[in-house]
Amino acid sequence: MNSSVADMTKKERRAIPRQDMNERDAKERAKCFDEVTLGYSLQEAQFEAARCIQCKDPACIKGCPVGIDIPGFLDCIVQGDLHGSINKLWERTALPAVCGRVCPQEMQCEAECVVGLKEGREPVAIGNLEMFIADWARENGVKNEVVIPPATGKKVAVVGSGPAGITVAGDLALKGHDVTVFEAFHRAGGVLLYGIPEFRLAKDIVDYEIEGLKELGVKIEYDSVVGRTVDVDELLEEMGYDAVFIGVGAGLPNFLGIPGEELNGVFSANEYLTRSNLMKAFDFPKFDTPIIPGTNVAILGAGNVAMDAARTALRLGAKSVKIVYRRTKEESPSRQIELHHAGEEGVEFEFLTSPLEFVGTDGKLSGIRCERMELGEPDESGRRRPIPVKDSSFVLDCDLAIIAIGTQANPLLTNVTKGLELNQWGNIKADEKSGKTTKEKVWAGGDITLGQATVILAMGTGRDAANSIDAYLNGESW
Amino acid sequence: MYRIIKREEMAEGTIVLNEIEAPQIAKKAKPGQFVILIANENGERIPLTMADVDKEKGTITIIYMIVGKSTELFASLKVGEGYAHIVGPLGSPTHIENFGTVVCVGGGTGTAVLHPIARGMKEAGNEVISIVGSRTKDYLILEDKMSKISNELHICTDDGTKGRHGFVTDELREILESKKVDLVVAIGPVPMMKFVSLLTKEYSVPTMVSLNPIMVDGTGMCGGCRVTVGGEIKFACVDGPEFDGHQVDFDNLMQRLTAYKHEEEHSKECMLNKKV
Repeated sequence: MNSSVADMTKKERRAIPRQDMNERDAKERAKCFDEVTLGYSLQEAQFEAARCIQCKDPACIKGCPVGIDIPGFLDCIVQGDLHGSINKLWERTALPAVCGRVCPQEMQCEAECVVGLKEGREPVAIGNLEMFIADWARENGVKNEVVIPPATGKKVAVVGSGPAGITVAGDLALKGHDVTVFEAFHRAGGVLLYGIPEFRLAKDIVDYEIEGLKELGVKIEYDSVVGRTVDVDELLEEMGYDAVFIGVGAGLPNFLGIPGEELNGVFSANEYLTRSNLMKAFDFPKFDTPIIPGTNVAILGAGNVAMDAARTALRLGAKSVKIVYRRTKEESPSRQIELHHAGEEGVEFEFLTSPLEFVGTDGKLSGIRCERMELGEPDESGRRRPIPVKDSSFVLDCDLAIIAIGTQANPLLTNVTKGLELNQWGNIKADEKSGKTTKEKVWAGGDITLGQATVILAMGTGRDAANSIDAYLNGESW
Repeated sequence: MYRIIKREEMAEGTIVLNEIEAPQIAKKAKPGQFVILIANENGERIPLTMADVDKEKGTITIIYMIVGKSTELFASLKVGEGYAHIVGPLGSPTHIENFGTVVCVGGGTGTAVLHPIARGMKEAGNEVISIVGSRTKDYLILEDKMSKISNELHICTDDGTKGRHGFVTDELREILESKKVDLVVAIGPVPMMKFVSLLTKEYSVPTMVSLNPIMVDGTGMCGGCRVTVGGEIKFACVDGPEFDGHQVDFDNLMQRLTAYKHEEEHSKECMLNKKV
């Protein structure tokens, strides 16, 4: 193992620049679904980890929703102790390979990193290093060798196998509880599977992390829509579950509510991405689910999901892909890295542009009537409000339009479950610290409580709920 | 795997019945609800409304016409083999009560979906008049079963090979002229449901139709199954599959059903070429 990095002086360490992540060439990758990021070499990882100054009171840990011992796992890398490093990660997360890839580190751990607070310096690339260690463990067959305590005999049902549900399942299995996950789809992973494309998070990584859960004793019931196939009360009263965690996500896509939305060629991002990601329509006809590969594609919205849809459309062979957004790049809710990657691959941007109507002939989309906008005074979100420019309407030609303007709570489960209080947006009301809902023995977390958030925030709520469930199963009163 | 315990060709090489072990779905299923089936791990998600449920045996029955690659795959499954995945019951159940006189109109394999609803209507105390239509007599299904649960059964074929030579709407018009009807339930090909709805509108008779648009998840997640009803967008998977026939934009539905026509043909071609 390379020990020279560990021997470097503080001054030498300070001189190391942030190690860029190796990426597949933009032109090459825009034509295939292979992962964009190629990872670090061991040496790059050790150089990067050596940039950490091992603060006494590490702010980065506070920036992490699941409280990973970041200086600890980084120091192990510097020392060449990769086993030690992955174990540090596994103490707090069941999904390091996923989080290393999709967490918005620049708003969390890396935003707090003291190294990056100094002028002209960049924070330690914590996310890249998490990915490096997780990939090393997977590629080398290193298993989480935790000792599971004797079975407690308590049964927990987890509804949904997305980031929140997976976290709860993993945490409670590690405490010796008997956990069953109920998943509506035929594969587990939730949004990691249907939402995030292959080129950003390879699906064999998700499968691998799910397999790890199964090795901890977690059972998964596929094809089970809770609220239809089985009800929450049935789980508690007839099937003997002592606790239920609801992590069904925010699955209902928003539409624009403008004329022409019913035309063929207009999709929700949820549908477009589910077809391509979960159903593997990108590999049609080997896989049976079809997808319409547009020639001129417009994406409405500029969040992370919009970037995923845009980059998917490019890979499916579109000649032109345009992001249509009523504000500017600065107000875009997408991560900067996603905007950057999309732009590099050839996605174009129509900022300050708002859709008015989908137009088409014979039921098929041919374009979007749009108008130009300008920025006015700040609105309640603090961002400058876009105002239409008079007489600026025009038709943007496209044969495929993908609406990516967010999702809301799916009422499928909440409509039929008595005693669950919801907020005005239909999200389940849950205690911020414990995840307890207004229904006894039922906890909730992830997007069904948060609205639309991130993978790691969902995992954070899952972690809190798991602690609360464990305490309850050990005799704490409701 | 969801094992097939009975397979029957109701019309040779065209219409197939499968009775499948799915105890949890059978336990919860009500008339009018659907399931989504996947033939194998590479398969697509196909929604089909259940034709029957046996809660004691823990089985569900589906009846489908072979039209594309997926239904070809379904039809190739033998007794003892099974579907990789089935999820359900999905959608809202049919609203069944004693309306008075209910005319149940079934076209093609829509009759399979209609049967449990008609039976429910009969059990709720309604006078049930059924009209069953198909292109030709070989494609007529469930004649005996429909006859058992109907006060009257009328058969129509497009080519006159059995029953009335004509469309179900011809028969329906005569009934609407001759007596007071409280509800019409129409399930079948989209054009049939469209013309039944246009007809009953003339007579101001409430009409319920069951729609089968293209779907992916079946839980409200993708919006692919959106239909225009009363000028508003509805999701057939969670708001339906049954809607007020007088409010449905059938032309839009027909248009949306053709969205993948080219891909569907290509997929089937690839499959058949491999066989040859």
